[in-house]
Amino acid sequence: MTKKPDEKYYKLLQELQELDFVLVELTLYLDTHPNDLEAIKQFNQFAQKRQQKARAFELEYGPLLQFGHSFSRYPWEWKEAPWPWQV
Amino acid sequence: MWIYEKKLQYPVRVSKCDPRMARFLIEQYGGADGELSAALRYLNQRYSLPDKVIGLLTDIGTEEFAHLEMIATMVYKLTKDATPEQLEEAGLGPHYVNHDRALFYENAAGVPWTASYIQAKGDPIADLYEDIAAEEKARATYQWLIDMTDDVDLQDSLKFLREREIVHSLRFKEAVEILKEEQGKKKFF
Repeated sequence: MTKKPDEKYYKLLQELQELDFVLVELTLYLDTHPNDLEAIKQFNQFAQKRQQKARAFELEYGPLLQFGHSFSRYPWEWKEAPWPWQV
Repeated sequence: MWIYEKKLQYPVRVSKCDPRMARFLIEQYGGADGELSAALRYLNQRYSLPDKVIGLLTDIGTEEFAHLEMIATMVYKLTKDATPEQLEEAGLGPHYVNHDRALFYENAAGVPWTASYIQAKGDPIADLYEDIAAEEKARATYQWLIDMTDDVDLQDSLKFLREREIVHSLRFKEAVEILKEEQGKKKFF
């Protein structure tokens, strides 16, 4: 059963949002600076950190993605609230 | 294709029920320089742009949908506990009789969103210049919105969005330079 939002939910969510901020910034930067090797190294390093953080979040609070990009326990977890605007 | 992620790009917190501010924020939801216009503009223009800049328009267009969701969250949180009387006081009486508390793609004056807000010219420089202007207009709107509220939680999320407009504008300007450079390289025999 997926846990309801608690203090840890907000902490993990913010950590994920912080990693995603680095990644969206690097993505747009690399779209116009595709030959910056150091930026690509940093991108790949953060992409790996992001995967680990998302997995830790999903284990406690349920899937972040669907159409097969996240796993589900029983019963089907995706349809469970809260949705992003409700927290 | 697109995959939905069940989280906001940046936290949205509000410290009070404030339908007046919600009414102003709708400008960035369904207004000419709002997030819906931005997302649809870039994701539509990209089909006829040079390969070198398609990635950028795809990624910025996608990020705009995350911003649209943040604006929707602000409006939802600012109005969910408002009574019909409070909505009417805030100037949302006409909205309430048509939509209750549902969101609608309209601007702050209640004018529905229209495709004539956005252009696709098929000319890469013309399209990218429009995109730069759109980002600057959205940045200015966020500044006016920040000025209209004393809610520091709301201001925090609006400042994040204002900052993103600056970054997008910068990247579009770089895209223009990339295309100009490419144009200069063309060899005619």
